[in-house]
Amino acid sequence: MTDLSDDDTHKPAGVSRRGFLRTASLAAGGAALGGAASAQQADPLITEVQDWASMTGEGVDATPYGLPIRFEDDVVRRTVSWLTADPISSINFTPIHALDGTITPQGCAFERHHSGAIELSKDDYRLMITGLVDRPLVFTWEDLQRFPRENHVYFCECAANSGMEWAGAQLNGAQFTHGMIHNMEYSGIPLRLLLEEAGVQAEGQWVFVEGADASSNGRSIPLEKAMDDVLVAFTANGEALRKEHGYPVRLVVPGWEGNMWVKWVRRIGVNHSAVEAREETSKYTDLMPDGRARKWTWEMDTKSVITSPSPQKPITHGSGPLVITGLAWSGRGLIDRVDVSLDGGVNWQPARLGTQGGRYALSRFYLEIDWDGSPMLLQSRAVDENGYVQPTKDALREIRGLNSVYHNNGIQTWAVYENGAVENVEVSS
Amino acid sequence: MSKSVLKILATTALAGLIAAPAMAQTLGLGRPALPEEIAAWDVAVEPDGTGLPVGSGDVFTGEDLWVENCASCHGDFGEGAGAYPVIAGGEDTLTNRRPVKTVGSYWPYLSTVFDYVHRSMPFGNAQILSADDTYAIVAYILYSNAIVEDDFTLSNENFTDVVMPNAEGFYVDDRVETEFPIFVHDVCMSDCTAPVHITRRATDLQSTPEGAVTVFAPDRPSGVMDGAGAPEGGEGAAAPAEAPVEEAAAEPAMPALDPELVAAGEGLWRQCRSCHQIGEGARNGTGPLLTDVVGRHAGGVEGFRYSNPMTQAGEEGLIWTPETLDAFLADPRGYMRGTRMSFRGLRDEADRQAMIAYLQSQSQ
Repeated sequence: MTDLSDDDTHKPAGVSRRGFLRTASLAAGGAALGGAASAQQADPLITEVQDWASMTGEGVDATPYGLPIRFEDDVVRRTVSWLTADPISSINFTPIHALDGTITPQGCAFERHHSGAIELSKDDYRLMITGLVDRPLVFTWEDLQRFPRENHVYFCECAANSGMEWAGAQLNGAQFTHGMIHNMEYSGIPLRLLLEEAGVQAEGQWVFVEGADASSNGRSIPLEKAMDDVLVAFTANGEALRKEHGYPVRLVVPGWEGNMWVKWVRRIGVNHSAVEAREETSKYTDLMPDGRARKWTWEMDTKSVITSPSPQKPITHGSGPLVITGLAWSGRGLIDRVDVSLDGGVNWQPARLGTQGGRYALSRFYLEIDWDGSPMLLQSRAVDENGYVQPTKDALREIRGLNSVYHNNGIQTWAVYENGAVENVEVSS
Repeated sequence: MSKSVLKILATTALAGLIAAPAMAQTLGLGRPALPEEIAAWDVAVEPDGTGLPVGSGDVFTGEDLWVENCASCHGDFGEGAGAYPVIAGGEDTLTNRRPVKTVGSYWPYLSTVFDYVHRSMPFGNAQILSADDTYAIVAYILYSNAIVEDDFTLSNENFTDVVMPNAEGFYVDDRVETEFPIFVHDVCMSDCTAPVHITRRATDLQSTPEGAVTVFAPDRPSGVMDGAGAPEGGEGAAAPAEAPVEEAAAEPAMPALDPELVAAGEGLWRQCRSCHQIGEGARNGTGPLLTDVVGRHAGGVEGFRYSNPMTQAGEEGLIWTPETLDAFLADPRGYMRGTRMSFRGLRDEADRQAMIAYLQSQSQ
């Protein structure tokens, strides 16, 4: 499929000898078991009566609220400890390599806190609208329940997702390169309704949204966006927001960087101009090669990644039928199509959209191939409804240099080796 | 107005805008916010000085407050400690491969500094600084960035006179103008580039957390994922631990305290005092008071709200001795999973011995 003979890629780089052998034997074993016609002896899992087929399982009173079965205990959020000084003001990553479909369960959806996840009860919750309004108001949780609600599925992506990859392939796993994202169904009040309740005055052009936690994480949002599709949300995926996602109330800002999705939201001020708070000046601004920085880079650019195969999800079944799958999204609207390359971007073929997400929601794509067992350089490329084609990392670097940190939406390359191992690499372009 | 805002104006149904807020029907929900409530929560400060409280503070007062409240993370002179943010310096580095983004080199508005210090600092003990304290600390930050002299006093009166060095360093998102023309194009499906080769590998940098790539150890026992040693390298990587100091083996049976060791520990106490008080009249703060901590049960200070694991450890008999304190201080969160103490710990054994000696000196 891809001829890598001019490189030393036939020997998996960074794979220990022991690991290599184990993977190789796994792949061989998988191939042997996989072919039904080649079974030489009867499978005792079939011919012998198993405990679970004979005895009884747990009763309905065993688990009032369930967690995933123990066999899935490696499908968890993970951190990269060197990224930040302290895990209280830090980030972890969604295990996107191990999930399918498009909805992210709350329990493994990435977290970003600036002063830790706080515990704030509904009884103690207050939301204040202040500033350039006719009627500064205080709402309790009960008050908010009496406003009309809407339901929407949206992705939330940290602006720093893939940020560690600007200077070159760095972290070996889709969870780490692209896992600062989740996609949930929210129920909440259009922010417009709360602002109308307070009566926005003509000079009010911006809202400034703060959380109740010690960081406050205040962000300025232009009134046009606030009046358009921003939600004040209570639930995600049908149940109350988890503590780490802002219980009891968070802001949902469709298509825009995750830092603006203020959690534990307690105050919405209507202002004449942007506050230029810490999180929108010293952070979440994009340093360009000339030493100046872009600010107010709110929209998340169109992006995709193959989640399997990927470094944490190698091919263990040998050659033959292979499902390639991944996620695509755009902060500027709908995903129109996704293409997949097996040779590092020379040739492409359209993938199938298993789920075409709505505006500002994840789409899931699949490409089923018959893998001949030769090395591959897997890439995916998303195209949005505006005709924007996800660029290569080099094309982005040409414009933005290496110091940008945020908004890296470049094409990801996974090198797949003959033994099925997968590695995060970059290729010439 | 930014291009993206214009785009929203142009492309949305304008439903929100047509329903002009002032004319909208209201539901009559909520209650009026009282002036004192607004004063308590609406403390944001804007670049033009809107929202600044009346007050003032000078550089020297700011230095004392800085050392007490800020230096344990940000260094005595704003140089940063460990991986915590650097506050001062970094001039002319914004085009370097490793730019140093500080208040002086990067932040465009002084209001941002005041707003953030007043609202969100110190980390773990936010919203304790008075307006005057905040003016003083901001004055010290300006001084440490060589923006003002040491006789400077900052107040709400002269606040907007201060011009930040990088005030002109920002411009509004122009991706739609500069990048869309390049990235909006027909898709190429075949022979799009010459054959490619691998130019970089993630494994070259060795910075992926150990245990995360599971396939090479499919039969690993559960739990090995946690806390695997983080590799060095990468921006923000902590400095390597100093070589362990020999000697200082804990002796049994109440040795007399070494005055030098106690003095060294008192010096280190600065790292603790933004959260803990000790000695006569000490009270609980962000952390429990630490007078008489040696010999006390874990979680044993009346009226302090400990983490559940700390309370439980005390109930199960954990007593703070030189030995248990040494283990806890070496790696607080490793020793006591779930502790609320955010301190990263004392890696250096000699530092721990000094700290423990100081704690012993403050215990009966």
